[in-house]
Amino acid sequence: MGATSTTAGPAGVGWHPQALLRRLRSGDAIAHTVTLIFAATILLITVLLVFQLWVHSGPSRAKFGWNFLRTSTWDPVFDNYGALAFLYGTVVTTLVSLTIAIPLGLGAAIFLAELAPPKLSAGLSYVIDLLAAVPSVIYGLLAVFTLVPLMSKTVEPFLKHKFGFLPIFKGPAYGVGFLTAGLVLSVMITPYIVSVSREVLLSVPADQREAALSLGATRWETTWKVVVPYARSGIMGSVFLSMARALGETMAVTMVIGNTPQISASLFSSGYTIAAVIANEFTEATGDLYLSALIELGLVLFLLTFILNGIAQLMLMASESRGGGGQRG
Amino acid sequence: MKKILLALSLCLGLATVLVADNPIQLNAAGATFPYPMYSKWFDEYHKIHPEIQINYQSIGSGGGIRQVLAKTVDFGASDGPMTDDQLKQAGFPILHFPTVLGADVPSYNVPGAPDGLKFTQKALAGIFLGTITKWNDPEIANANPGARLPGDDIIVIHRSDGSGTTYIWTDFLSKISSDWANKVGKGTSVNWPVGLGGKGNEGVSGLIKQTPDSIGYIELIYAIQNNIPYGQVQNAAGTFVQATLSGVSEAAAGAAKNMPDDFRVSITNAPGKTAYPISSFTWLLIPAQIQDAQKRDIIKGFLKWMLTDGQGYCEGLAYGKLPAPVVTKELKAISLIQ
Repeated sequence: MGATSTTAGPAGVGWHPQALLRRLRSGDAIAHTVTLIFAATILLITVLLVFQLWVHSGPSRAKFGWNFLRTSTWDPVFDNYGALAFLYGTVVTTLVSLTIAIPLGLGAAIFLAELAPPKLSAGLSYVIDLLAAVPSVIYGLLAVFTLVPLMSKTVEPFLKHKFGFLPIFKGPAYGVGFLTAGLVLSVMITPYIVSVSREVLLSVPADQREAALSLGATRWETTWKVVVPYARSGIMGSVFLSMARALGETMAVTMVIGNTPQISASLFSSGYTIAAVIANEFTEATGDLYLSALIELGLVLFLLTFILNGIAQLMLMASESRGGGGQRG
Repeated sequence: MKKILLALSLCLGLATVLVADNPIQLNAAGATFPYPMYSKWFDEYHKIHPEIQINYQSIGSGGGIRQVLAKTVDFGASDGPMTDDQLKQAGFPILHFPTVLGADVPSYNVPGAPDGLKFTQKALAGIFLGTITKWNDPEIANANPGARLPGDDIIVIHRSDGSGTTYIWTDFLSKISSDWANKVGKGTSVNWPVGLGGKGNEGVSGLIKQTPDSIGYIELIYAIQNNIPYGQVQNAAGTFVQATLSGVSEAAAGAAKNMPDDFRVSITNAPGKTAYPISSFTWLLIPAQIQDAQKRDIIKGFLKWMLTDGQGYCEGLAYGKLPAPVVTKELKAISLIQ
């Protein structure tokens, strides 16, 4: 956000010692070099990561090829591996969590930034930041002891009773499964959306609001039609961040999802995610093929994150080119 | 504050220098199931021999085997014996030394049913294969006359993390059911035909507690320490046995008669009228050739202590003791380390 492009030195300066010294003295060149090194380091780490995943997943890629992504059998005894059920579980739980967390988080952020009295806003923001710092195993434990019984005894029977005609609310209600995992994830990622979105909304210049109000817009119209669109890219940034967290969350998910690699339209059904199966099985994976299949799952998760982020970026670009709000630098 | 910290660390540093000049460090890694036992042993051994320190990382059996193969540790530990392929892959001989015994017990949550339900071998295999789906199935009901069993669907709960507990359970099911052996097989993780997965003993027992009509398997130690009631299992002799530490040792004693020289033996479904059928050794994996003479002597010394005095600590931590014939055989095998 607000990235000012670093001014690269003019190309034709040449390498005269005095010129170099002058540029060094001004500090720009040093800052340029140092930040460039830092940026390159991050890129290098990412490249190395993918490279390592690629190399170590070799045996599995050679044996299964694209079938790894097309089949959903996961059988460590007979060395037969397919990632589809894990992919499905990862995408479904992330979608469920975003469906809940985006409106919730954005709504809370708008209230805190635009409508709440400053003191209340500061206090609440502090609590929300605290929520983001709670370790995921705590969320998982809370979910196992309170959310799972609630889901199996109250929420899921209710949904089945009222909306049972929908395929997503069918089947037996165990309390563990996609829906519960998605709910836990939504609680975990909402603080990110609230915290970042609130900062972004607060940084929208006051004159934008004043202009809208002076044209006769109501308070809500100003917020919804001027402030939020203006802050759109920052808000999307918070959504990316929380989506990445949801995709990669391990501990809390594995505690409530039921850990069965299956594809089912029902959100009540138990499932499995990529991050969860890696965490569950990596320590005891003895065979070479087994290990490399788990590493290939890591590669798949990386690519999935990459693709979903790409789609989100495209959506952002499309919405910006449609116009509407102002552009932030 | 900083000064205090500095002084403290100085004292600590001085203390280590004074107490044990140049302690010899050995590194080991592997199974998580015997970790409480091993850390107790290494701790006690360090008290007797302050100059020796053994670090144990409980990273899982798979990791233990890999690290022994890669020679990044002095010795490893595993809940399942290494396979022939893995031993061949090593390129150097690796010895197995059984250390303690563990067992799995069936735990269930059936509203109205009594504690200590009896499970025939057929019933357990059928439930976990998904062919027996109701609690009032004749295979369960006939073994438990008088017990009130509902006609509800059975919900199977298994471990989701790779685990020696799962290895023992599936090893048992493979022995008693050819269907299981052919379709599912044995391993630290398997492709479960039915059921939900919970992470760790606590995950499985938590799910069982919260899911009516469920059944799962947990470690005997975990059940004992947390007072979780569990069912009886029919053994090879046909009697129903409630798991106890002595029943587990008995199963091992029965197996000791046919103990192969490399100790890689499964003792599930062992003969013996009171033998508990779902139990197993856990092993230390020790390279047969150790170049460093000092380390070699330490490992040999530790093994000797672990097999004699060390066994005395087992029952305090709810692990099954090695039966005497196995100890004798292992003491002889120590000389194979060269």
